[in-house]
Amino acid sequence: MSVLTPSTIDEVLAHLAERPEALLLSGGTDVMVEINMAHRKAPAEVVALRRVEQLRLWRHNPSSEGTGGTVTIGSGLPYAEMEHGPLAELFPALAEAARTVGSPQIRAAGTLGGNLGTCSPAGDGLPVLFALDAIVHLRSIGGQRDVPVADFMVGVKQNVLEPGELVTGVTMPIRHGWQGYSKVGVRNAMVIATASACLAMDRDRGAVTLALGAVGTTIIRCRDAEGWLAGELDLSAEPLDISDAVAQEFGRRAAADARPIDDHRSTAAYRGHAVGVLSSRLLRRAAA
Amino acid sequence: MTQEPIGSPEIYRLQVNGESHDVQDAWLGESLLYVLRERLGLPGSKGACEQGECGSCTVLLDGAAVCACLVMAASATDADIVTVEGLAPDAALTDVQAAFLDEGAVQCGFCTPGLIVAVHHLLEHNPEPSTLETREALSGNICRCTGYGRIFAAVDAVVASRADQAAR
Amino acid sequence: MTEASAPPAATATATETVTALRPGVLGTNAARPDGVPKVQGRFAFANDLWAENMLWGATLRSPHPYARIRSVDVTGAWKIAGVEAIVTAEDVPGQPTYGLIRQDQHVFASGYVRFRGEPVAAVAADHPETCRRALEAIVVDYEVLTPLTDPEEAIAGTREPIHPDGNLIRHQRILCGDPEATGPIVVEGTYEMGMQDQAFLGPEAALAVPDDDGAGLELYIATQWLHEDRKQVAACLGLPEERVRLVLGGVGGAFGAREDISLQVHCSLLALRTGRPIKMQYGREESFYGHVHRHPAKIWMRHSASAAGEIIKIEARMVFDGGAYASTSPAVLINGVTHAQGPYRCANAIVDGYATRTNNPPCGAMRGFGVVQACFAHEGQMDKLAAAAGLTPVEVRLRNAMRTGDPLITGQPVDSVAPVERCIRETDALPMPPDLASDADVLSLPGGTGRTADRGHVVRGVGYGVAIKNLMYSEAFDDYSTARCQLNDGVVTLKFATAEVGQGFLMLAQQIARTILGVDDVMLDTIDTQIGSSGSTSASRQTWMSGGAVDAACRKVRELLFEAVADRYGLPALQLAIEGTDVVDTIGTLRVPVGEASMGLRLDETVEYRHRPTEDLDENGQGNCHVAFAFVAHRAVVDVDPELGLVKVVQIATAQDVGRALNPLSVAGQIEGGIAQGLGLAVMEEIVVTDGMVRNASFTDYLLPTTLDAPTVVFSLIEEPDPQAPLGAKGVGEPPCISVTPAIAAAIRDATGRDIRRVPVRPQDICLA
Repeated sequence: MSVLTPSTIDEVLAHLAERPEALLLSGGTDVMVEINMAHRKAPAEVVALRRVEQLRLWRHNPSSEGTGGTVTIGSGLPYAEMEHGPLAELFPALAEAARTVGSPQIRAAGTLGGNLGTCSPAGDGLPVLFALDAIVHLRSIGGQRDVPVADFMVGVKQNVLEPGELVTGVTMPIRHGWQGYSKVGVRNAMVIATASACLAMDRDRGAVTLALGAVGTTIIRCRDAEGWLAGELDLSAEPLDISDAVAQEFGRRAAADARPIDDHRSTAAYRGHAVGVLSSRLLRRAAA
Repeated sequence: MTQEPIGSPEIYRLQVNGESHDVQDAWLGESLLYVLRERLGLPGSKGACEQGECGSCTVLLDGAAVCACLVMAASATDADIVTVEGLAPDAALTDVQAAFLDEGAVQCGFCTPGLIVAVHHLLEHNPEPSTLETREALSGNICRCTGYGRIFAAVDAVVASRADQAAR
Repeated sequence: MTEASAPPAATATATETVTALRPGVLGTNAARPDGVPKVQGRFAFANDLWAENMLWGATLRSPHPYARIRSVDVTGAWKIAGVEAIVTAEDVPGQPTYGLIRQDQHVFASGYVRFRGEPVAAVAADHPETCRRALEAIVVDYEVLTPLTDPEEAIAGTREPIHPDGNLIRHQRILCGDPEATGPIVVEGTYEMGMQDQAFLGPEAALAVPDDDGAGLELYIATQWLHEDRKQVAACLGLPEERVRLVLGGVGGAFGAREDISLQVHCSLLALRTGRPIKMQYGREESFYGHVHRHPAKIWMRHSASAAGEIIKIEARMVFDGGAYASTSPAVLINGVTHAQGPYRCANAIVDGYATRTNNPPCGAMRGFGVVQACFAHEGQMDKLAAAAGLTPVEVRLRNAMRTGDPLITGQPVDSVAPVERCIRETDALPMPPDLASDADVLSLPGGTGRTADRGHVVRGVGYGVAIKNLMYSEAFDDYSTARCQLNDGVVTLKFATAEVGQGFLMLAQQIARTILGVDDVMLDTIDTQIGSSGSTSASRQTWMSGGAVDAACRKVRELLFEAVADRYGLPALQLAIEGTDVVDTIGTLRVPVGEASMGLRLDETVEYRHRPTEDLDENGQGNCHVAFAFVAHRAVVDVDPELGLVKVVQIATAQDVGRALNPLSVAGQIEGGIAQGLGLAVMEEIVVTDGMVRNASFTDYLLPTTLDAPTVVFSLIEEPDPQAPLGAKGVGEPPCISVTPAIAAAIRDATGRDIRRVPVRPQDICLA
């Protein structure tokens, strides 16, 4: 076994080209658990990303069209840096999700790159990426490709990352409108999601997006609920006017989109119920 | 079935509590926690879960409080690592350590080193945390003995005494 | 009254007491002698130990809850470089089985594995990773059998025995008074409790160092009871006890889970095999498989009462699932059935209790020991009784509260001080928390950091629980503790084998010596088996038992000191006393510091302290089986989000019968810590077992309360010294975790109107029931 600690993306890609099966180690909060618990055979090659400063940066990409533009977040930026400050102001839902990731110690190490690499349906960052239609940037020695996050995650702990590829970051649009994240777990902190939801408004496009976590094999975008709501809601109104009936129906439709299972953490019935309640409440919060 | 030997011929170097340590003949899957405890003679950081769910192994890595069990030691070669043993010179107690004793925050003591590091980190970044800020900042450090009441009292005592000193 | 944010010594009464006392004596918040190393990270826990030329040990465990072992093939493991020893059932040189009450568990599975995680083999190698690879290379051929997982099937006898001892570990009936007695009010209910884990933070660990001649060893071990471990280890190794020396390694919490053998025999055997020191330590997952848990239980109860709500008769059927091996199940069951009435007067009873054997994980001791289960049921019943009688929860409990001298349903009179009424009244008088603010931070609402609730989604509820808990060992057990006190040239040294597991006995022992002998510095000798047994650090017994032994040894040394001083100064010894740090003549003027008075003396006394004998129960459950009792009341205030079924426990108020607070800060720590464990059992902690398989053997999925789950705790100590207790103090460890669980369940019922009959309360039990 060997551990490589490159300091630039190019070095990482060169290593990966030579050793396509090498394991990429970002914050370590998933990989080291598996090694410690002997759930994963120790890999022959590890490429540790912690020295790659380029992956820990984020930048604002202004738009030529007068909208808010986009933000690109490096795959190695720890969650702790999304909880507060300018990124949190740009993406409140991401800040709220980041604040629920594991413990403060985990948030100091864990990254969006790790969430994307692992692709657990309970990954807290993922519903935000889905709700904001994030683009995932992948690079290999052969070039770069950009994949919508909904195409990137294809199943439980499955993604389209090819050997030799590195997730360098994600790009998300800055939207004008309320956004929020909510997550159920049976403890008031440091808990894996039993069910989660991210709602984001886009007042400029007159759209609302809703993504659900931990209730399916991937993050679920509720196209039916989103489409229905777009017809019920005047997103140009200030403040938004959302009736109890609309909020409830929105939650009902969201729950209908969920495909939860029974496991040791919860039941399918509860998860389905919970995402409906969360979706409905998030919508009410948007109007509060 | 052939497996590679455990001991790696590679030598790597860690900076811990201001001192440089060479690590050799190690299995590279070892966590920083294991290396600190079993190779560097620094058993103060404790392991209670191996998966970042208890905080007993909290150390400072380039100033960030992280779980040493989730750091691959061989990847931390460039980092400035501070463990509970590095908070105060030999035999001395920091104000946080003293407050833990005065306020009865120590029972079995297994969570204590991780909590001491976490409280130092909290108060360095937020000298006067609210009750909820303290609770959130320490929410990754599980204590099974105390129910946390005495630990909160210790944090409050340090905050008060530091504010008192600053006022003089 | 004390807020969690203020230490108890800051209360008015405590301050007066404390300031009047010499620092470090009984009644003060003396410092822990193990405190400084613990905050510095220099305290040596068992898994911090290390020896030259040491090897690592590891255990292979059954992946099946029930299977016949056709063969174990270790040849593959021997091929791995670095492997030094592999041991299986056939390598156990002595008695093949162990157990606290019945020796019914094999050191390594032999013939059958009876639970998921049962040890099958162990290896010693040069690195933990080598051990892991070796375990992976051992091939066990299992014939998988259908596990027995339903305790009712074990009781019914419809399944073939899964163990030669049968599928029922114990049945005990209690018949008391008139079985036909009844009343105008009859309430009944069925109550369930999931399997809780002790989840001490310091996983099992030991270091075994073989003697040079290979015929003995030294075992450094984190345990609750050195001598019991030694007895079982020596028997399994086929060695005389004197060749097995146990030394207490630093213990990272216990809560009952270190009473049984876990890795002690395996580690010792590997050391004898290899002739090298062996270090073994469990990871968290293995810890879940490696120790017993709190019994899951199902309890049916029916209370008959007068129209005024006075209990006339209780009927109960209690089923405790002991899992695959007996451990302490027989004793846990007896605690359950003998506490079925709770701290209430009751003249008539019919109680049937069963401890079953199944292929579920073995269960045994955990803080509260059978009483936690009984209390959850009887307190649920008291609320039903209150509703039926038109009383408040407090009124019905006051109306039935036991008093000193009242008989239990076993016929045993409660001759301990029984301030049940005071516990209830003082708990109720503690201030309520402020109402939830309209702008409350989302972190303080149910759901916490998950931001699931807004203020308008939250409702508040209040519930009560009251408990009685026996102290020390019961049923004719010869329960004693040994302590030695030496006073040499003004230096006191204490020796005992009492396991310090975090509770603070080391500090208490010093407090006792300072108080009795008038010295400030008290040395503590190594805790090991080079002195007689101190019994187990369990059953809320060490303050009473080992405290009693240290007290008695110190008093004997003091008598010798007085005799020496009396000789020297020509005074009657009876006239002498300790005042502060001086020996004084209570009639005359002599005053000489203890240090000076003891110069040149070598005083040395060893004492075995015993509590009064207890009896076995007869076939109708009658007999004075317990020694003494403590009482406690809890009031829980909870905020609930009924639509999502999430709970935040806001405040716990409690008044506890402590006899005498020997170290008020430590008592506070026991109260707050016990409450957190009871809270965990109420709303989050459960080992999920389906088909005999543990589904959540990790801290990711076995959830312990965090700082954001901890309630504010307000408490009142009821100090009515117990004349039976050597220091007037009752054990304070267990009561805090007992009635808090039913109080929280009651508060959730109060908030939501839901019929909560099971703990831990799961979200779906609230919102989808």
